[in-house]
Amino acid sequence: MPDDLSIAEVERIAALARLALTDEEKALYAAQLGRILEYARLVAELDTREVAPTAAIGSGAQVERADVPRPPLPHETAIANAPDTAAGLFRVPRVLGDA
Amino acid sequence: MPDLHALSAREVRDGVARGHFSAVDVCQSCLARIDALEASVHAFISIDRTGAIARAETLDRRTAKTRELPLAGVPVVIKDNLCTAGTKTTAGSRILGDFVPPYDATSVARLTAAGAIVLGKANCDEFAMGSSTEHSAFGPSRNPWDTTRAPGGSSGGSAVAVAAGFAPLALGSDTGGSIRQPAAFCGVVGLKPTYGRVSRYGLIAFASSFDQVGPFARSAADAALVLGIMAGADPADSTCASHAVPRYEAALTGDVRGLKIGVPRAMLEHGVDSDVAACFESALDALRERGAAVRDIQLPHGRYGIPVYYLLATAEASANLARYDGVRYGFRAESTTLTGMYERTRDEGFGAEVKRRIMLGTYALSAGYYDAFYRRAQQGRTLIRRDYDEAFDAVDIVALPTTPTAAFKLGERLDDPLQMYLADVFTVGAPLAGLPALSVPCGVTGERLPVGLQLIGRSFDEETLLRTADAYERVRGAMPLPGASSPSR
Repeated sequence: MPDDLSIAEVERIAALARLALTDEEKALYAAQLGRILEYARLVAELDTREVAPTAAIGSGAQVERADVPRPPLPHETAIANAPDTAAGLFRVPRVLGDA
Repeated sequence: MPDLHALSAREVRDGVARGHFSAVDVCQSCLARIDALEASVHAFISIDRTGAIARAETLDRRTAKTRELPLAGVPVVIKDNLCTAGTKTTAGSRILGDFVPPYDATSVARLTAAGAIVLGKANCDEFAMGSSTEHSAFGPSRNPWDTTRAPGGSSGGSAVAVAAGFAPLALGSDTGGSIRQPAAFCGVVGLKPTYGRVSRYGLIAFASSFDQVGPFARSAADAALVLGIMAGADPADSTCASHAVPRYEAALTGDVRGLKIGVPRAMLEHGVDSDVAACFESALDALRERGAAVRDIQLPHGRYGIPVYYLLATAEASANLARYDGVRYGFRAESTTLTGMYERTRDEGFGAEVKRRIMLGTYALSAGYYDAFYRRAQQGRTLIRRDYDEAFDAVDIVALPTTPTAAFKLGERLDDPLQMYLADVFTVGAPLAGLPALSVPCGVTGERLPVGLQLIGRSFDEETLLRTADAYERVRGAMPLPGASSPSR
């Protein structure tokens, strides 16, 4: 059987990913991620000496448009989907003093 | 009058242009079909009946202009991860449950400018992460061939809509197989274009070095028609290539004499269902009879496709989905602190599979694991690309079954994510290498479930894929219609 991730390791990853997992979720992901990562260790078999990594698939020259101003999205439209706004701004909980 | 909902896109366009029937007639026929069958298959997240009829009426009034539109009056269904201005776009997620985009995706805008009528938004796995639609926050879609089975995913609703006769065309997106796998499961044509062939502006991002928008249709000819309209440079997407767009329909000559098809035999040795293998071999025989040469080839790193793909795609997803923080759009869970608001919003807003993939991708990118997982997977991607480069020195097309099995039962793989991932073994190769790939139905299993033949082509050579699929369709003849969707016919 593959090793589960430790709960501490799941908590470390969840904090990086900004996910407030429940205890049930932590236990589930510890087991499932352990199993998936065990399988993913197949990549350790690859002979990667002098193999450059592929980060993106180039489709030819970088495509750029002419650098001319165009009308932007109206301000009101741009923030229309926000859950909380005030005076045309996004409103969020207090930032200073947050842990 | 014929069953208008059963016509091809080209038949609809020609009939509307010649005045044999109106765009409203076609729209009403499709909506009636939806009314009769949607409850049993759940293809849609939202249906826009009044908007669709209104747009069809507008087309019918402007007869001179309508006659020149290449998709005049053709109903189309759009996967719900493609933005539609003024129409809710959820990506199958609770976190975007009320999101109304202020603009259209370029692919959608090009279809509507060509005269297509959007009927509604198709169900999909949340943020396109899944192979069954069971990870949609709005419940699964059902396969019209057997409603106890999955339609495939993530673009399952789009595939169901085309298979069930709701529309002749649908748009989906493909990251590791999300167009081709549901096309195979539902018995329709699905095309993932070359990376950079179609604009992704307005596609809700999952894994940006893989994602492509592509069509579902009931024939290669209709797929060729719609690809020609969608493809080509877009000032709003710098990853969209400026390569000239060929006349794809002109490639459909029926002639595959001298075409070289390569089959990576070693990949077929394990886990392929015997009925799927038999359908695949008989499709190859049919192409041989039309003059194609079929030979075995090697893709030596094929077995690393799944781990390489899942490490890279989840890493990219973990970065792309960082934007869902409850501030600028989407769902927010209340908390007294900013960090608490972020963490609770994301835990409550995302479903189990999306969180699983964010966790996996974050892990692969985190200090101490980056070199062993993420970087090594990127190197594996290079090796897989080289395999294809070498294969295409010798052949014009690589052929595989689209999936190792036909449609699986709903619920069967839900508790075993790794088992769900392994089902993508034949579809992850093309997006890892950035290549175009197409799935065309090639028969049914003993249980009357469709099987897909996958054709993978050279970069920007969609023409050869479409020509080969069309030539095969001429031998195969019409696919039988799904049993579950026959009552109103």
